[in-house]
Amino acid sequence: MQLIINGEPRQVDEGLTIAGLLGLMQLDTARVAVERNRDVVPREQFSSIELLEEDCLEIVQFVGGG
Amino acid sequence: MRIYLNEQALDIEDGETLFSLRDRSKPDADILIRNGFPCDRDESLQPDDRVVLIRRGETPSADELEALLMARHTPGVHARIKQSCVGIAGVGGLGSAVAIALARVGVGRLVLADFDIVEPSNLNRQQYFVDQLGFPKVTALAENLRRINPYVEIEARHIRLTADNTATVFADVQVLVEAFDRPDQKAMLLESFRLHCPGRPVVAASGLAGFGPANTVLTRRAGRDFYLVGDGDSAAGPGEGLMAPRVGVAAHHQANAVLRLLLGEDPTGATPCN
Repeated sequence: MQLIINGEPRQVDEGLTIAGLLGLMQLDTARVAVERNRDVVPREQFSSIELLEEDCLEIVQFVGGG
Repeated sequence: MRIYLNEQALDIEDGETLFSLRDRSKPDADILIRNGFPCDRDESLQPDDRVVLIRRGETPSADELEALLMARHTPGVHARIKQSCVGIAGVGGLGSAVAIALARVGVGRLVLADFDIVEPSNLNRQQYFVDQLGFPKVTALAENLRRINPYVEIEARHIRLTADNTATVFADVQVLVEAFDRPDQKAMLLESFRLHCPGRPVVAASGLAGFGPANTVLTRRAGRDFYLVGDGDSAAGPGEGLMAPRVGVAAHHQANAVLRLLLGEDPTGATPCN
């Protein structure tokens, strides 16, 4: 199925969770902000939410420094 | 017609000029500011003009001081930001500089939250002084801000922000500035504030270490009511320290984004698509 991630299309397998997607993208779940179809996704739901065709995700991984 | 002299309404005759007003109300003034901009030539005055007359080097009375401090702000802009309340989460290199910029433009109320104290290793980039070592950063910053603009109301919270207290600490803010150091804390703050305070914008930062080009530090939209400053990539770490110039560039991107949000403008300059 196709997802739109930060504006770019990406093909992934059906049934992929947000945590699974972050793993594929080699992102650290503790350092990301995830928005799915314009809703903020709480970290504790990363493993339970299965993504759907044409889901639109905004994912930011923070780096340190301030 | 009516104008405002040092923020006080004043009815004047048609045909009154800047110099004639000076000559009869403050003849020794040597800085004449009309509508936020200094003037060195005589000009005729228009209705609703805002004029501030300053004698260089003179210490003004407390009543006059706020009007004089705000003399360089565009009329109408100051009135709006004076009513506003901004939260700053973390007052290290980013947060201390954001706070100073927002105090200088006259944001009405700042809520500052940080658990840390001022240490010598902070002084390479953070807006503190040697005689403030050991003080809580929020206490030291509140003192510095009062020395800059005593008309900003400051709520200084010496606490560690968590997922449980973030929404309470920043209950009143219209815009939140994320100015933490650690990436997991940045993510925690974003999640907590955006879940509990939907519709209120957050201006965060990521990627500002080192001395790479200043021009790679950008303000972009990273989600709904979420703006992100930085190059997205330059993490602080061994061999890439945090340095005053680039941290300052990022902090002032954040402060400018806040100012634009308070004035109803999109921080990136895009037409809002919400």
